[in-house]
Amino acid sequence: MILSPPRKPAVFRIFLFLALLAVGASGLQAQDWVRTGTNLGVSKIRIAAADFKAGSADPQTGGLKSAFDQTLYNDLRYAGIFDVVSKSMIPTATPGSPQEIQMAQWSATPVSAGYVAFGALTANGGHLAVQGFLYNTAQGQQNPQVLGKQYGGEATADSARQIAHRFADEIIQQLGGIPGIAETKIYYVSSRTGNKEIWVMDYDGMNARQLTHLGTVSLSPHVSPDNSRVAFSSLGKNGWSIRMYSLDLGRLTAFPEWGGMSLSPAWSSDGTKLAYSSARSGDPEIYMSDASGNGARRLTAFRGPDVSPVWNPKTNSQLAWVSGRTRLPQIYIMDSDGANISRMTDGGYAISPSWSPSGQFLTFAWDRKYGPGAPGGYDIYVMDIASKRWTQLTHDSGANDFPSWSPDSRHIVFQREQNGHTEIWMMLADGTDQQQLTHGGGSNTMPNWSWK
Amino acid sequence: MKYSNRTSLVVAASLAAMLTVAGCHKHNPAPPPPPAPPATAPAPMATITATPSTITPGGSATLTWKTTDASNVSIVGLGQVASSGTQTVSPTQTTSYHLVAQGDGGTADATATVAVSGAAPAPAPITETGIDENAFEQSVKPVFFDYDSYDVRPDAQTTIQADANFLNQHPNLKVVIGGYCDNRGSTEYNLALGENRANAAKQALTSAGVSPDRLRTVSYGKEKQFCSENNEQCWQQNRRSQFTLDQ
Repeated sequence: MILSPPRKPAVFRIFLFLALLAVGASGLQAQDWVRTGTNLGVSKIRIAAADFKAGSADPQTGGLKSAFDQTLYNDLRYAGIFDVVSKSMIPTATPGSPQEIQMAQWSATPVSAGYVAFGALTANGGHLAVQGFLYNTAQGQQNPQVLGKQYGGEATADSARQIAHRFADEIIQQLGGIPGIAETKIYYVSSRTGNKEIWVMDYDGMNARQLTHLGTVSLSPHVSPDNSRVAFSSLGKNGWSIRMYSLDLGRLTAFPEWGGMSLSPAWSSDGTKLAYSSARSGDPEIYMSDASGNGARRLTAFRGPDVSPVWNPKTNSQLAWVSGRTRLPQIYIMDSDGANISRMTDGGYAISPSWSPSGQFLTFAWDRKYGPGAPGGYDIYVMDIASKRWTQLTHDSGANDFPSWSPDSRHIVFQREQNGHTEIWMMLADGTDQQQLTHGGGSNTMPNWSWK
Repeated sequence: MKYSNRTSLVVAASLAAMLTVAGCHKHNPAPPPPPAPPATAPAPMATITATPSTITPGGSATLTWKTTDASNVSIVGLGQVASSGTQTVSPTQTTSYHLVAQGDGGTADATATVAVSGAAPAPAPITETGIDENAFEQSVKPVFFDYDSYDVRPDAQTTIQADANFLNQHPNLKVVIGGYCDNRGSTEYNLALGENRANAAKQALTSAGVSPDRLRTVSYGKEKQFCSENNEQCWQQNRRSQFTLDQ
């Protein structure tokens, strides 16, 4: 029996779930489940985040502290590998240093934390200083301190949140074995100015910032693996072309216009190549070029729409994309020279693939019952590529599209349309813990998770 | 965490189902070869009539056709059609409609002619500068498409012919062909589909004698809509190639 019992911890569920999808009927035993490259244990860690101690009477401290405390708490909760002690249950004590903590308060029931994060936050003359500790609560240890960190920055709420993200990622790396996502960004399209422009926000939906001001329609942002550039497509006088925004320079940079519609650019994980859809031949086909847009090569040659390519980030030797060659769009994969085409979906309306960082899974949007006259509702699915086994992650909650994997493979960000409004959500990669990240002000769509 | 129990059970159940299905597939015998077609398939039959058979310029006639034992039925100039049906046509000059029915037993064909009486009225001399966007759109009508399709429908051929006639009479006009989709489905996929629709209209106009140098395509996918209701009437309005002056 290799099925997950219902009360197993969440982290175990996700990776058991993905690994089961992967090994399927091949008869592998339990020890082979942990093959997702995430290096996770099988039990969820119970952790408490104390409210930090205010280290000064500076009037700014209160606001900064609450931004910090809330961000740290949310980061640990969203990480997917912790059972976080709820805010209502944590002791009221705010130990600012190891000398001030009474460990029994944190290890005894009902708190029952295996680890506790605590520390002090001090605002002074426009400067913010944070001391953060992570302690193992088990009795009689030689060295209960797991982490002791010092951070500094401006005394702003944004800076307090960024420091909390850094401290959370240290904790997640230490206890979860792989880098966390608390410092990652999500690039997306928002129409809150009245036009669809490219925006970026922190992974938790905070700190939203508009990047482009083109006043037309800009879509499909994809950030480069080194976080230096965002490729996207934009409607101009001569139709759709691929544009490039430099995050280093804070402006658009030159990129060739090839003529004919160009859409949906996607980076290889080494940052040297782009794949995209181009209609320069009169029919939308998949092309690839180097990262500066030179050396274009056509990969597909079949009548009908071909669009939305993504690379296998593990190897950069395969692409997944969407083709309408048999009418309703389906997900296909091929080698990066256009050979070995394989259809992955067996019907319905399947779109918007995203390839998992491990190279093992695709997530995509699918309406398995799509047809003329049917309402356009669809859900997010995950498929194990080798076996083509799939499972459905969203159910009965609006129309879901544009899933994008997080760099830790544990999360998926996507767009959900409900009651005429489209917002960005994230969830764990087994479909649980769905969180809405954006809240109105126009439609928020096409999220793309940064690589680190 | 309120989903956790249910999700685990769903996951467990669906995985169990997958395992079972996969196990069964392994033991399935190879499917039998498809049955060979019968040795003597009946020969197709085809008839077509036009009522009335003579029209005045601007008038219309109804084509009625019937075929039997045919798997592939087309009318030259109108493309693939149902095995039996009717369609209204408005040719501007005398036109023969050639019905071809292909089946396993062979091919049958039939022809109906719609004669256009009298000389066509001389086109009013229109100066190129006198055409504004409104006048242009009055004369050059959009072409509508079926769901998830970019094939120019038989009933759009008359529109294409009229559009081409106007453009051929005004050889200095340049045209943007916009490809549009209804609001269902994916943003990216619909942009590609809209490009295919715009290109299908461009090719149809080119076949009707309009120089491709005068025609430029832009897909709007589902980014710009002519209406926003969620019903077939509105979806049909949005599945189109729209012609505008390229200025």
